[in-house]
Amino acid sequence: METINYQNFRIEAENICVDYNGKVALYDANLRLQPGQICGLVGMNGAGKTTFFNALTGFVNISKGKIRINGESVRSAQKDQTIAYVPQNEGIDSQFPISVWDVVMMGRYGSMNIFRSPRESDVQAVKDAIERVDLTDHLSTPIGNLSGGQRKRTFLARAIAQRASILLLDEPFSGVDIRTEKLISELFIQFKNEGKTILLSTHDMIHVREFCDLVLLINKTVVAYGETSEVFTPENITTTFGGISPDFLFGPES
Amino acid sequence: MEFCSFLTLDSFITDPLTHDFMRKALLMSSLVAAVCGFLSSYLTLKGWALMGDAVSHSVMPGVVVAYALGLPFSLGAFIFGVGSVALIGFIKQKSRVKEDTVIGLVFTGFFALGIVLVSKIKSNIDLHSILFGSPLGISLSDVKQTIFISLLVVILLSIFRKDLMLYCFDPRHAKTVGINVFFLHYLLLTCLSLAAVVGLQSVGIILVVAMLITPGATAYLLTDKFDNMTVISVLSAIISSLIGIYVSFWFDLETGGSIVLAQTFIFLFAFLFAPRYGIFKLKKLFVGYK
Repeated sequence: METINYQNFRIEAENICVDYNGKVALYDANLRLQPGQICGLVGMNGAGKTTFFNALTGFVNISKGKIRINGESVRSAQKDQTIAYVPQNEGIDSQFPISVWDVVMMGRYGSMNIFRSPRESDVQAVKDAIERVDLTDHLSTPIGNLSGGQRKRTFLARAIAQRASILLLDEPFSGVDIRTEKLISELFIQFKNEGKTILLSTHDMIHVREFCDLVLLINKTVVAYGETSEVFTPENITTTFGGISPDFLFGPES
Repeated sequence: MEFCSFLTLDSFITDPLTHDFMRKALLMSSLVAAVCGFLSSYLTLKGWALMGDAVSHSVMPGVVVAYALGLPFSLGAFIFGVGSVALIGFIKQKSRVKEDTVIGLVFTGFFALGIVLVSKIKSNIDLHSILFGSPLGISLSDVKQTIFISLLVVILLSIFRKDLMLYCFDPRHAKTVGINVFFLHYLLLTCLSLAAVVGLQSVGIILVVAMLITPGATAYLLTDKFDNMTVISVLSAIISSLIGIYVSFWFDLETGGSIVLAQTFIFLFAFLFAPRYGIFKLKKLFVGYK
C-alpha cells in the first residue's frame, strides 16, 4: 500500500457531519481530491450539496470529522484565499448596485489592506481575469444588466482574480448560453493544466460525463465515489435520486 | 405682514436662521440625516428594514432609564438596542417561532416596557419628545453626544465601507476569503443602534426607522452604482431634513413628521420618475428609449 501524504491532496474531507439545530444535513461524508482533478457533485435538492460546499469554505461548522485543505485547516485556507466559491445565479442578488469590475475586485479583498484599496497588482489581476472570461466590454456594467451567462462569467472571473487553487462551483452550467458554456469548458481545461482542483455541483448528467474525472454521488451521505466511468452507473444514479429511474433523468429535460 | 415674508424665497430661508434654536436644529438634523442616510444604503440592500424598526423601538426603555439615572441617554439606548438584537437572535435559535414574529414580539415588548417606565418614573421626561422627536429643543449636552456618536458611526462606516458592501452582497465569499463576517454583522448592528439613538432626536422613536430606510430606498431607484447610492441617500436625507424643518417652522407643523414626510415625497418622486426604474421613466420623455 502507498503511504498517504496529506500534502498531496487539495481537499481531504474525512467523515464530516453537518447539522443545523439538530437536523442532520450531511453525515459521514468523505472526499479526497488531488491537484488537477475535476469532480462532479451530484445529488437531489436537499441532498447536502450546498452544505458540503459550505463545510469546505467554513461557512458552516462541521459537528464531526476533519477537513484539510492543502494539508491545512479550513481557517488557514480562508486566510490564504485557497478556495474560491462561484455561487449559482439564484444565490446572489442580481439587483445589487454593483459593476462587473467591482465584483471581480472582491476576489482580491482577502489580500488587500483594511480599506481594500487596490494596488497596481490587484488592478492587473482583475483586468486579466475579466479578459479571460471575455467581459472586457462590460467592465462598468451593473450586474443587473448582464445576461445569466455573463453574470456567471463575472463570478468565474472573481475566482480567477482570487488566484485560488480550489474552485467550488454551484451549478455552473444552469441558465447559461452556449457561448458561456463553451467558455467555461475551455477554462476548465486551462484550470486543470494549471493544477487547480474543481468541485462542481450539477443536475446535468451529460456535463458530468463530459468534464468530470471523478464523481461524488450524495444523498445526505456519500452514495458512491470514484472515477466517473466506473461510478456513474444507472444503478448508482437511481439510488442517489431515491429510486427515480435514470431514463427519466436523462430525458429531454437534461 | 406674515404673508409678505412668503413673497421672497430669500426671507423664507434666512428669517428662521435669525433664531438660535433654528440654526442648531438645522445643523443637528442635517448631521443626523447624513449619518442615517449613509447607513441606509446598507440596511436597504441587506433587507434589514424590520431590524431597523425593531432596534429603534427597543431603545425606548434605555432612554427612560438613562434619564432617570442621570446618565447620557445614548448609553441607555445603545445597551437596549444591542440587547434587543441579542434577544431576537437567542429566541430565534432556541425556539421554532419564525424570525419576523420574534422581531415583532421583542421590539413591542421593549417598547411597552419603555412606556410603562415613563408612567412609573415621575421625572421630567417628556414622553412626547421621545416619541416624536424635538429637534427644536435640543440641549447642549445632547448636541455634544449627537456630534460624538455621528462622527463615530461615520468613521466606522467609512473604514469598513467596502467590507460591509461585500457582507451585504455576498457574505459567503467574504467568509471564504477570510474576512470576519461575524464582526461585520455586529458592526452593522452597532451602527444601526447608534444611528437610531441620534435619529430619534430629530424625528422620534416612532419615525426613526424612516430615516434608516427611506433615503436608501430612494437612492436604490436612482442608481446602479453603490457609491452613488450612498451619496444620493445622504443628500436626499439632508435635503428632507432641511425642507421638513423649514416647513414646520413656517406652517407650525410637527417637525419630526415633516422631515419624514419630505423623505416620503422624495421617494414617491423617484418611484414615479426615476430614469430607469421609475414608473414613468423620465429618460423616455427626454431622450427616447430603445
